[in-house]
Amino acid sequence: MSPVELVARNDLYTDGGTAQSPLEIREMTVSYGDQPVVYSVDMTVRPGAMTAIIGPNGAGKSTLLKAALGIVPALSGRVAVFGRPLENARHKIAYVPQRASVDWDFPTRVSDVVMMGLFGQLGLMGRVRGLHQERVYTSLARVGMQAFADRQIGQLSGGQQQRVFLARALAQGADLYLLDEPFAGVDAATERAIINVLHALRDEGKTVVAVHHDLSTVRSYFDDVFLINRRKMGAGPIDQAFTVPALQATYGGRLAEGQVAQLALDAG
Amino acid sequence: MGAEFVALSLPPMLIGTLAALACALPGNFLVLRRQSLVGDAISHVVLTGIVVAFLITGQIAAWPMMLGAAAAAVVAVTLIEVIQRLGRVDAGAAMGVTFTAMFAFGVLLLEQSDTSGVHLDVEHALYGNLESLIWLDAVGWSSLLDPAALAGLPHELTRMAIVFALTLAFILVLWRPLVLSTFDEDYARALGVPVRALGLGLVIVAAITAVAAFDAVGSIIVIAMFICPPAAARLMTNSLVHQVLWSLAFATLSALLGYILAGYGPLWVGLPNTVSAAGMIASVSGLILAICAVAAPRRRG
Repeated sequence: MSPVELVARNDLYTDGGTAQSPLEIREMTVSYGDQPVVYSVDMTVRPGAMTAIIGPNGAGKSTLLKAALGIVPALSGRVAVFGRPLENARHKIAYVPQRASVDWDFPTRVSDVVMMGLFGQLGLMGRVRGLHQERVYTSLARVGMQAFADRQIGQLSGGQQQRVFLARALAQGADLYLLDEPFAGVDAATERAIINVLHALRDEGKTVVAVHHDLSTVRSYFDDVFLINRRKMGAGPIDQAFTVPALQATYGGRLAEGQVAQLALDAG
Repeated sequence: MGAEFVALSLPPMLIGTLAALACALPGNFLVLRRQSLVGDAISHVVLTGIVVAFLITGQIAAWPMMLGAAAAAVVAVTLIEVIQRLGRVDAGAAMGVTFTAMFAFGVLLLEQSDTSGVHLDVEHALYGNLESLIWLDAVGWSSLLDPAALAGLPHELTRMAIVFALTLAFILVLWRPLVLSTFDEDYARALGVPVRALGLGLVIVAAITAVAAFDAVGSIIVIAMFICPPAAARLMTNSLVHQVLWSLAFATLSALLGYILAGYGPLWVGLPNTVSAAGMIASVSGLILAICAVAAPRRRG
């Protein structure tokens, strides 16, 4: 290992310093085929904050999250989770994939899906005890789905599916929550339920990062924003980073005039 | 009656049942992962493996052929993975390309090499030789307690029992990560589950099962048992545990009923000859699937 690399590692993996970033990404580049989808992106997530990742379709928002978790391979880049290498800190992360990424016809019940969140604790052969079942039940209760514990997952609506995925993440008891479009195609009641849970997590000191689509709710839901269009286009607290010029730069011509006017109005 | 049954019918029935169980078990996960064709693919490439094993060793013996077949299966499974990743094509296409190409290569090898004088029987490959797996040392039920007689049991029985035990252990020990990565691959990866190794492990277990069963009962049963019992079981229940149990019940039923129908069915309807047990077992499993598709609680459409 070269000395240069050692220095670079040390400044990313801080090991025990105060106010470590829950998620720090350096020079992340991901490509599908020969087309780079995420290009040399740096990201530092503020602890205890709710951060929205926004950008146009195909901007690499989901890919950035997946590459940070090693779900898709990155060409280059480094990741630190609470100042540690990813592999030593996976138990601190709860990931909520896109709802549409799984087959909801799979033969399993709601409580079984939430129990998957306990795999880290149960391991291969660990026996499911009362406390594990309790954890599954309270996680479901937090998203208002306790009555559905014994339901087949195939019988759930889109909003209910999303809540079950969130409950599975809650069961993990993680410190960092990474959500991929948690509000995509859900009903208004579910959206409210989910945002309440996420705000409660933040108030407990947890860190939440979500890929988000609806620009009109960014200001009311989130504390920080991360703008991406293959490259990092801006980042920071809403007041400083969620500006009309930054959005126009991120979305190019794809942002409708009315949207821009509305956001300018909200900002004023 | 007892003596004849124990010597002539019990061993093939046990071997058929074990083969059916060993294939149906991993078949549950293959069907859920939309990889049902893996069994088919492996059964085809086995020919290539056997020919290569013969060319290397110059003899027709069980162990070299099993090893050759197993090696070919592992090569095929790896090729399927590689083609899928590098070519970015779906699993079905990757399997189709791999097993036809390897099967064709096996046929070419067979033609070009010096094996023409050797009797490599296509019929044997398809139907196996279930009816010939008899236990000559048996004199009756008491032989089951006689160590000397037990030593004369067909090798296929021991081999199939070991392979079934291995498959069962694999599924039981890795049940949680298998279910997790089959249902939600991305989430499993995020938790640090070695998803790719697990997927490869599953197909390799399926390959070992297929090769052992192929040797004992032929490829027809292998292909049928990977798909029919799990697919029929999927229609019976919405719980994966129950699905696996149903699939094992259907596999057992297919093997026993198929063997009996093949041996006695034609006599009952007045025909002079028995029919192939392997063919009948596969047919019964297909019939069970058809009945489930029409009448099972969960049928769709």
